Amino acid sequence: MELLMSIVIGIVFSVTIYLFMSKDLLRVVAATLLLSHAVHLLLLTMSGLQRGAAPVLSFDAEAYTDPLPQALVLTAIVIAFAVTALLLVMSYRTYKVHKTDDLEELRGSADE
Amino acid sequence: MTLLHWAVLSPFIAAILIPFLYKYLKRIHTGWFVLILPLVLFIYFLSFIPRTSSGEAILNNLDWVPSLGINFNVYVDGLSLLFALLITGIGALVVLYSIYYLSKRKEKLNNFYVYLLMFMGAMLGVVLSDNLIVIYVFWEVTSIASSLLISYWYTREKSIYGAQKSMYITVFGGLSMLAGFSLLYVIAGTFSIRELIANADIVMASGLFIPAMILVLLGAFTKSAQFPFHIWLPDAMEAPTPVSAYLHSATMVKAGIYLVARLTGVFGGAPEWFWIITIAGLVTLTWGSISAVRQKDLKGILAFSTISQLGLIMSLLGTGSAAFYFQDGDNALYMTAILAAVFHLVNHATFKGSLFMAAGIVDHETGTRDIRKLGGLMTIMPITATISLIGLASMAGLPPFNGFLSKEMFLTGMLNVTEYGIFHLETFGFIIPIIAWIASVFTFLYCILMFSKTFMGKFDSSKLKVQHVHEAPIGMLISPIILAVLVVVFGLFPNLLAYSIIEPAMAAIAPGILSPGEFFDVHITHWHGFLAPELWMTIGVVVLGVILFMTFKKWENTAFYRGERDLFNYAYDYGYDGLVKGSQWLTRIQMTGRLRDYFIYMCTFIILIMAYTMYRYNLPAIQSLDLSPVPIYVWFVIAVFIGSVIVIPFINNRVALIIATSVSGFIVALLFVLFRAPDLALTQLLIETVSVILFMLVFYHLPKLKKVKTPPKLKAVKLIISIGFGLIITLGSLSAFSLGQEANYSSISEYYTENAKEEAGGYNIVNVILVDFRGLDTMLEVLVVALAVLTVVSLIRLRFKGSEDV
Repeated sequence: MELLMSIVIGIVFSVTIYLFMSKDLLRVVAATLLLSHAVHLLLLTMSGLQRGAAPVLSFDAEAYTDPLPQALVLTAIVIAFAVTALLLVMSYRTYKVHKTDDLEELRGSADE
Repeated sequence: MTLLHWAVLSPFIAAILIPFLYKYLKRIHTGWFVLILPLVLFIYFLSFIPRTSSGEAILNNLDWVPSLGINFNVYVDGLSLLFALLITGIGALVVLYSIYYLSKRKEKLNNFYVYLLMFMGAMLGVVLSDNLIVIYVFWEVTSIASSLLISYWYTREKSIYGAQKSMYITVFGGLSMLAGFSLLYVIAGTFSIRELIANADIVMASGLFIPAMILVLLGAFTKSAQFPFHIWLPDAMEAPTPVSAYLHSATMVKAGIYLVARLTGVFGGAPEWFWIITIAGLVTLTWGSISAVRQKDLKGILAFSTISQLGLIMSLLGTGSAAFYFQDGDNALYMTAILAAVFHLVNHATFKGSLFMAAGIVDHETGTRDIRKLGGLMTIMPITATISLIGLASMAGLPPFNGFLSKEMFLTGMLNVTEYGIFHLETFGFIIPIIAWIASVFTFLYCILMFSKTFMGKFDSSKLKVQHVHEAPIGMLISPIILAVLVVVFGLFPNLLAYSIIEPAMAAIAPGILSPGEFFDVHITHWHGFLAPELWMTIGVVVLGVILFMTFKKWENTAFYRGERDLFNYAYDYGYDGLVKGSQWLTRIQMTGRLRDYFIYMCTFIILIMAYTMYRYNLPAIQSLDLSPVPIYVWFVIAVFIGSVIVIPFINNRVALIIATSVSGFIVALLFVLFRAPDLALTQLLIETVSVILFMLVFYHLPKLKKVKTPPKLKAVKLIISIGFGLIITLGSLSAFSLGQEANYSSISEYYTENAKEEAGGYNIVNVILVDFRGLDTMLEVLVVALAVLTVVSLIRLRFKGSEDV
């Protein structure tokens, strides 16, 4: 399972990096979203997958899955959402002000 | 913290108080308050003389960063004490002089004295520390203070130029020196100078000996304005004259000499050390004295003469280092050179200090320092003229002043070199005294030129801006008079200094050569007999110098005399311009303003570093992987996931893009369920739903996606980087996983599993971690979300003035 997930995460990362290098703001925002998914999965995978019951004590299992990466990822999901929301609104705003969402045209002006 | 530590730090403490004194006691010149400190310190350091002259050294330890071997250990021996006395003694005189030189109404005295005190403290730190790193820190502070003082009149363009130049050159040297110190630490495992000297044989045997030596010498040479790094010193003359007298002739520029003297015990005895320092010193001596002849600015002459005199001391230290080769302390053959170096160091501080102050007086009273405009000041300013005459005669090496004694000793030292019989000196040695003699001729020449142009000839008030030229006020004359008196006293009674100051300093430069209880033979005489070659060399200097002076009219109009600017300035200016232009060019090609380019840099760098690390530690060789089994249904989930992700780059439709992205998000939630993470799955589901709504909202306002046409070359680059990155992540993930298994650490989360119920009263461990064990973290996380929300709201609601709906 870990090997499979590692490969899957690698593929997601590849797509993300590819998207980051495109010209549209929207693709870049989509890429950040994908990137956060990939990172969350990576955190879980590195600690080992399906090694026991869900970390809830009332299951009374012999072994539990490591709860710490889960706590980390939970925090990360929320933060990633905040970042995505911010980016989305920023790209909306950028488009309204500059009338373009092309990153090539959004480059700094010459008199900077 | 002992009294000595406080003595080093006291100028810094005083510097903090100065702005308040300046602000609230405006009626009294701030200099009077400052003056107290160097006077007290001078007397305090004088009290050490009995102890150091009996060969004793005082060491007070204070741990700073003991784990790195960095300790603020104050060490006082003859050499440190000599410098400490110079710093505080000349410092007191300079402060006194500055009280009359800088007007309390026109100048920003608080700046001046803060910088000056900062310098004084840093300089004391350099000469009194035993630890190389501490020396380095104080060393850089002196560079900064020096730059600040050069740019004291910061509205003048030349001041800024001079300050920058000195900063660049000395800080470059300082950094090299730090590298050298680090190499010494690598070799000997200590930053303590005394321990390094004790382990000198280990240092000498190391392969890093030469690089360490050269790096350290770069620091010393840039600070002491040795050829070809001397070019900053003439431009440093833009500083107020008290500063020039203090930093740029008596103390700071001697820090390099101090360092060379101090480390002679570590490096001395090696032929490279001998030759590099001797040659650099001699070239500087000659170049400085010849250049000084060409100057028309009084302070310019003094600057180049300082360069040349520093070269003289340096060359003496170089030749004297042979003492370590022979390990033979009684031999006057090479110890004369070290004796001459120490003696000339003191003498130079006295005569050059008085000369700078006299030049400052001339500038202050006449409004110019240009020797072409000056002349005939002898009758108008008799006291200043006398002071200058004494100082110049001493510098030219005329009896009975102290300069004569050390100059003769210098010639003796250089003549002795031919008799060493080591380091190929039997072949090349004869050149050394000849160069020394030629440089002395030019020294003599610029001394006469300076005096005759300023004080003799006809006084022409039409060339001056000031109408009524008169002698300086007595307060301004006190300091140069004291120094001039010292020039005469040391000249007539040199043995006042012999065993109190000079011998302990020599013993400190050449440690371990004398057995305890022994002393170097320091006997300074005026007369060596008619047959002594030094006498005839001095006579030759005077004769040739006078002839050159008499024929001044003949060569006055040659290109040699008309040009003033040192050739090496062009190298600096071109280098500086090139550096600026090169950096701009480099920035321009990197900072394209394209997100894509920055991303390519970052990713390439990450790939390279990760790949190198994996290669270095053989990580791809993953041994045992205890993988958990993959149930059949997982394959379907994964297939959908990969499918939804891979199509995204190919989609050119907005809605399809959103759908594909959200499909992947929901599948991640499903994966969380499979990975036994119910909380994550719940959160992910919620968040994903909200995200989709947000996307939809925003996409509605945004333009349609364009069909991207990427040039194939760029596309290839993008593909290679993204695939490479993915590969690295896969490998990294696997190796982290397998390393975690191999190491078999017990997870830190066991604590949470065991204590979740007892300590926090919860069954869901993840929840307990978030809201209880790491509750504060979660609170701050909420704060981040709140900030993001605030930003989003303000971005949406913010409207530009004058436009209705943006």
